[in-house]
Amino acid sequence: MDTFIEFFTFQYPNIKYVLFGSILLAVSSAIVGCFTFLKKKALVGDVVAHAVLPGICLSFLLTGNKNPLYLIIGAFITGWISIVVIDGIVRKTKLKEDTATGLSLSVFFGIGILLLTFIQKSGNAAQSGLESFLFGKAAALVGADMWLFASVSVALLIAVFLLFKEFTLISFDQNFGAAIGFPVKGLNLILTTLTVLAVVIGIQAVGVVLMAAMLITPAAAARFWTDDLKTMIILAAIFGAVSGTAGAYISFVAPSMPTGPWIVMVISIIALTSFFFAPKKGILYKALKRRRIKNLILQENILKMFFQLGEEAGDFNTGRSVLELQDKRPFRTKELDSGLKRLQLQGYLTNQNDKWQITSEGQNKGRRIVKLHRLWELYLTTYLRIAPDHVHEDAEKIEHIITPELEARLEKLLDYPELDPHQSKIPYQ
Amino acid sequence: MIQQVQNPILEIHDLSVSYDRKPVLWGVDLSIPKGALVGIIGPNGAGKSTLIKSIMGLIPLNGGYVKLFDKDLDDVREKVSYVPQRESVDWDFPASVMDVVLMGRYNKLGLFSRPRKADRDAARFALEQVGMQEFAKRQISQLSGGQQQRVFLARALAQQADIYFMDEPFAGVDAATEKAIIKILKDMSEAGKTVIVVHHDLQSVAKYFDWLIMLNLRLVASGPTDKVFNEKLLEEAYGGKLTLLTEVGQLIKQEKFPGIEK
Repeated sequence: MDTFIEFFTFQYPNIKYVLFGSILLAVSSAIVGCFTFLKKKALVGDVVAHAVLPGICLSFLLTGNKNPLYLIIGAFITGWISIVVIDGIVRKTKLKEDTATGLSLSVFFGIGILLLTFIQKSGNAAQSGLESFLFGKAAALVGADMWLFASVSVALLIAVFLLFKEFTLISFDQNFGAAIGFPVKGLNLILTTLTVLAVVIGIQAVGVVLMAAMLITPAAAARFWTDDLKTMIILAAIFGAVSGTAGAYISFVAPSMPTGPWIVMVISIIALTSFFFAPKKGILYKALKRRRIKNLILQENILKMFFQLGEEAGDFNTGRSVLELQDKRPFRTKELDSGLKRLQLQGYLTNQNDKWQITSEGQNKGRRIVKLHRLWELYLTTYLRIAPDHVHEDAEKIEHIITPELEARLEKLLDYPELDPHQSKIPYQ
Repeated sequence: MIQQVQNPILEIHDLSVSYDRKPVLWGVDLSIPKGALVGIIGPNGAGKSTLIKSIMGLIPLNGGYVKLFDKDLDDVREKVSYVPQRESVDWDFPASVMDVVLMGRYNKLGLFSRPRKADRDAARFALEQVGMQEFAKRQISQLSGGQQQRVFLARALAQQADIYFMDEPFAGVDAATEKAIIKILKDMSEAGKTVIVVHHDLQSVAKYFDWLIMLNLRLVASGPTDKVFNEKLLEEAYGGKLTLLTEVGQLIKQEKFPGIEK
């Protein structure tokens, strides 16, 4: 707790820089990343991140010092060129975009590493620390950098705020944008510039290798929670801010822990949590929904079976043992047991001395399923001209899907028929 | 048979277009009268979509020009509406039906400004016209193909333009939607709007359109449906492939020739 208070009351000025630096760059890359993500250019961030390395090295070689402004300008230039190279390759050759992306990334990064090694071996004392761009070093953020970062971030945010409508349009429907006379090329140019800027300031903290995660992961995580673009962007920004704060805090508590990689770890955990637990789109929600449907089908099948047994015997009040039931339809014992118990709880079945009996409510439900099954069989043979011996399997599935509205239409369309294709009576009441 | 008209709302003069170096339209010359409901028909790969894309300035021209209202497109953009193919966008995009229809107002809004109340009213009215008012808040990925097409149509209607270009608005829609859409198009045409539609289904051509553009890499016919929708011209558009033309195009693509460029 002490460290917690120590951290958030900024007892050391350095903490302030690291914290705000981390948050700023995580938030700005998360927001710009939403559009990169939606334009399906997820890998662009990765290319730019790798391509800024030669720029940083070149501007160091030219100026001889590590003034962040010069480094950022250098990074910006080569980052931009890498995107131009991708576009050029796609336009002028037969190579596809994925190949062009891979080519651009590795060539630029290769040149970067080459220059970096050259600088390190040159014996220039000022060079130490340059390699921190590879993996990032948020802890090295100082006040002077901060002003630069903050201005770039604020500029990014203002640009996205002002051009929100335009960026949305070119991400969704570029052709329509061009058709109504919007400067689509210019807007794409601005969006690319913003992406490059976000990457350039981001690599200070997380490094070229991890930077792509900062752009794409918050957007991907946020997409799971909402279908509204504004909400998605705000969520992505919050996720970015949380991971930035967490990364800075963890490296404060455990000084041997690096900030950048922890930011990426935290945002990845947020993303994984979203994939699994987000309502509607999450894996867990979908699995639960599938299970619920499976149970529903099982229960409907049991009631259907009771109705059919009653139909055959001409008596719906007989109690039946589990073995008798399995004789009619080979349910697995475990499934049948759980289904019977659920139906008992819901009041569709009763149980006396291990004999199961259907209630009148259960009978209504069972009758409806039998009716839908037979109606559907008749529909298939009449309207799709499918042979009567080929319709049962299909009806086994469709009987559980048909809504009351479709049921009414089906009855009307077939004019309340008496018999199904196998001459079984279709039960109405 | 190519019938030219006086005071056309759309005039295409000697238009040639290439795609990936390969010429897809050769020397198209036509004019369309105001208020016509026009079908563009022709076999697959005939250049139907290419024609309207090049009218909308989405593809560079090799030669020729397009005039709308006797002016260049850039001078009359707000009077021109374009409905792209439904499959050309990702319907999983995080947007509601309202968001998409509001895009039809962006032209009037210009850069930087946000949709105002009046724009929402216009969008809602457009949704009513296509019978989708209850879906305004629905996420677009939850729509059926027919509903998606209606949303695109509503976006175009929200533009309140005078001439509409639609790329296969009937592709992959249910019968009820097709009926609803053609009714809207006919109403628009009666109200004096010009509607130009890329169409696939020859069965319904005579019923739907009063003017036809028949394409097969070049213009086969342009004129009133009752004059051009006949066996001879259909045979010319769909039947005999101009293999020589295709082969020359292929040679240009393979860069054995310098290509036809401006």
